[in-house]
Amino acid sequence: MDFATLLQVLDSTVRLATPLLLACLAGLFSERSGIVDIGLEGKMLAAAFASAAIAAVTGSVWLGLLAGVVASTLMSGIHGLASITFRGNQLISGVAINFLASGLTVLIAQDWFGQGGRTPSLMGSGRFEPITLPFAQALSGVPVIGPIYAELISGHSILVYVAFLMVPLSWFVLYRTRFGLRLRAVGEAPEAVDTAGVSVVGLRYAAIVICGVLCGLAGAYLATGLQAGFVREMTAGRGYIALAALIFAKWRPWYALFACLLFGLLQAVALRFQNIDLGGITIPVQVMDALPYILTVIILAGFVGKAIPPRASGEPYQKER
Amino acid sequence: MDKMPAWADAVLVPLISILLAAILSALVILAIGESPLDALNLMVEGALMRSSGWGYTLYYTTNFIFTGLCVAVAFHAKMFNIGGEGQAMIGGLGVALVCLFIPFPHWSIALLVATAAAAVFGALWALIPAYLQAKRGSHIVITTIMFNFIAAAVLNYVLVNVLRPQGAMDPATATFPAATHLPTFQEMFATADNPLFRGSPANVTFFLAVLACVGFWYLIWRTKLGYEIRAFGHSESAAKYAGISPVRITIVAMLISGGLAGMMALNTTMGEAERLVMNATEGAGFIGIAVALMGRSHPVGIFLAALLFGFLYQGGAELALWTNIPRELITVIQALVILFTGALDNMVRMPLERIFLATRRRNG
Repeated sequence: MDFATLLQVLDSTVRLATPLLLACLAGLFSERSGIVDIGLEGKMLAAAFASAAIAAVTGSVWLGLLAGVVASTLMSGIHGLASITFRGNQLISGVAINFLASGLTVLIAQDWFGQGGRTPSLMGSGRFEPITLPFAQALSGVPVIGPIYAELISGHSILVYVAFLMVPLSWFVLYRTRFGLRLRAVGEAPEAVDTAGVSVVGLRYAAIVICGVLCGLAGAYLATGLQAGFVREMTAGRGYIALAALIFAKWRPWYALFACLLFGLLQAVALRFQNIDLGGITIPVQVMDALPYILTVIILAGFVGKAIPPRASGEPYQKER
Repeated sequence: MDKMPAWADAVLVPLISILLAAILSALVILAIGESPLDALNLMVEGALMRSSGWGYTLYYTTNFIFTGLCVAVAFHAKMFNIGGEGQAMIGGLGVALVCLFIPFPHWSIALLVATAAAAVFGALWALIPAYLQAKRGSHIVITTIMFNFIAAAVLNYVLVNVLRPQGAMDPATATFPAATHLPTFQEMFATADNPLFRGSPANVTFFLAVLACVGFWYLIWRTKLGYEIRAFGHSESAAKYAGISPVRITIVAMLISGGLAGMMALNTTMGEAERLVMNATEGAGFIGIAVALMGRSHPVGIFLAALLFGFLYQGGAELALWTNIPRELITVIQALVILFTGALDNMVRMPLERIFLATRRRNG
């Protein structure tokens, strides 16, 4: 494999890791506050559709992005209502949200555009265009560093840079602010937070909203950055891979970045090379497809360090009466 | 003291939840510019007014009974098995291997052996998540989700690289030998002057599903193992104190659950397609969640809920055929049912409890 191919694979790794990273950080905020979220997939899908539909109708990708964030946050709201206000089962609520998004997106898309559950292809200002970073052209002649800067780092759409900036930002919010301390506390010992006079419900709703916004960005990137328009089921299990990455990262932001890059790399390799020939042994493409899930199961099994979720996750909080 | 009488808990709460889901679904149909009443008419017409419609409805019902029971067994042990889909895929693989490679003299023997194969393959696919939950504390929901994807990759590999006949394009096995053909309802009930169930896929597996319901009831409420499963589900610590091994119950309950999911593949793979295809499960593994929630994990409830979803599935196909409403409407209804009967249960329950308490106070 030559240098140019390597660059191409890494370049598509960055692009494929972006939606995973945004969704993974979304799940991080939610689960750190004690709300288990297996509805990441549905929220991304809803956002992908809403952003593509509004971008197609108005011709403005920014309005599309806004619509995507709103759609995803609404889905989050349902999850919050079920799991915080009515103290329902968070897993079942997540499953319901995934199906709701899967059905509604196609239903509305068919009603609005009549193209078999897809939106029209987005063109021009309906999409996020790649951004060329300063000096990318000038530096591309420099050996090794030049192409890396020009092809790998420059030339992505703005949401890619946003996603990567979200990692230090999430770390800062969670570990260096009062809000973050409380958010983590509410996922470990909500009764302690309650005793301190801080609203458990308020904190958890805040986490859910952050989760909705980040999933909205992830979905909007899928439909308006990575691809040009919405097609049915276009998230294709990315929400679950993000969930896997979150466990793989043991609910920590920087590790989430590496987990998402790893899973993005696996996707990129599976896309680029169908079956990989390793001197006689052929690795079928299905192994690459299944690898994120297999790795997550191994991590969950505790064979490579133990993945311990936040202590109060999945448990609705009931104030003592 | 219970806040509500048992009948209200078993009948009233699910009925109100379904009513809420139905009202919202009607609003969705209105929003896309169709008439909910016309849609309902069309669905009833297509699914229940003709024997061939019933043939499809009962075919889907068969799938949903198996996957509903699968989720329900796990619910009784207070576990959530989202892996029915993957377990059914692997169960289908078991059915295909048996049907393709064993020369059966008669369909009845083929059905027996294929049932065993489907159950064993499905159960084995549930074994690893069950073991990891019991021994290493890995959350069963996450591991079963992951195993759904791994199952899809395994099936994809086997169908593309191993079992696909030479020269065939689509990833599917060869057609099963004629001896494994299961009698359909048409062959069983239609006569020369009364052509019932024409062309519909319902087959003898339906009776197997009904039998599974009875077996499920017997297992859960009439055997020691069933008692242990329920005790474990109600209180793990109490069960442990009574000498029930959590590891054993977790694994056994999941094995039964996976086996039931695997048996669903009999209907789609052996009964209908007569070969193993990529999408043999048709999402039934997930509908089992809605069915089990709605049926309150009781076989009678599960049978009725499966029948309702069978009707919705067949009716939805009719809608997609004759109107502008795509099949995905059924996915929305399914989501609403899961939401109201599962996640928003308290929203329905709490006001009802208040009403019952108030009337009791007035009477007492």
